[in-house]
Amino acid sequence: MDTTYEIQNRILIIHLSKELDHHSAVGVRYTADGLLEQGQSDSIVFDFTDTVFMDSSGIGVIMGRYKKVMKRGGFVGVVGVGPCIRRILEISGMYKLVENLDGKQEEGYAN
Amino acid sequence: MQTNEMTLEFDSKSENEGFARVAVAAFASQLDPTLEEIADIKTAVSEAVTNAIIHGYENKPGRVRMECKIHNGEFFVTVSDKGKGIEDIEQAMEPLFTTKPELERSGMGFVFMDVFMDALEVLSIPGEGCTVRMKKKIGAVSGKNG
Repeated sequence: MDTTYEIQNRILIIHLSKELDHHSAVGVRYTADGLLEQGQSDSIVFDFTDTVFMDSSGIGVIMGRYKKVMKRGGFVGVVGVGPCIRRILEISGMYKLVENLDGKQEEGYAN
Repeated sequence: MQTNEMTLEFDSKSENEGFARVAVAAFASQLDPTLEEIADIKTAVSEAVTNAIIHGYENKPGRVRMECKIHNGEFFVTVSDKGKGIEDIEQAMEPLFTTKPELERSGMGFVFMDVFMDALEVLSIPGEGCTVRMKKKIGAVSGKNG
């Protein structure tokens, strides 16, 4: 399944596909930045529900988008993180930058 | 367990990163690893192969070689390329260091290889290529293979 994108309450939600590696990161980066440029969103939530693999290329994608949304006064969140992805996020210190927003879907991810 | 070896060589194309992960996972499965051990090996191999493609060959045509060996409950994997090599290996292995920030490389590749495997060795001659050797004991926690 391909990565899909939706915008809710000025938040770009990226439903990631099965694997986020260097190969798939290129497309995610390009599409996410294009959507941010359109100005309808200033925060990003990465949805890992269907994702079973991520390596340091995925960390690069998150860090790069984090820098962009910070300039817009937004935030970066993650949802649906399973054990494999959680370890990658923990080891790379990503939880200092991004918030786990599981359970906040109903509130539209509002802080 | 008897010794078993496998060698793969493939084009330096990002499509082959996923192929390398699937192949290494299938080969290592003979050791009856846990899901976590398989995830560790897949991540480490993904980092090494991605490095060969992005840094070794800089996305230009080339061949990446992956050699795997199982011996006495240990899994060995070597990923090598004949690309540009690494000038300063110590610096390359520092967390967050990257020569390609414009490509949003996080500088975490060698960190993951180091964390997820039991041993990591990087050999390189600038202009001639790079070889990454890694080792992991399978079944170390449960002792079921030991």
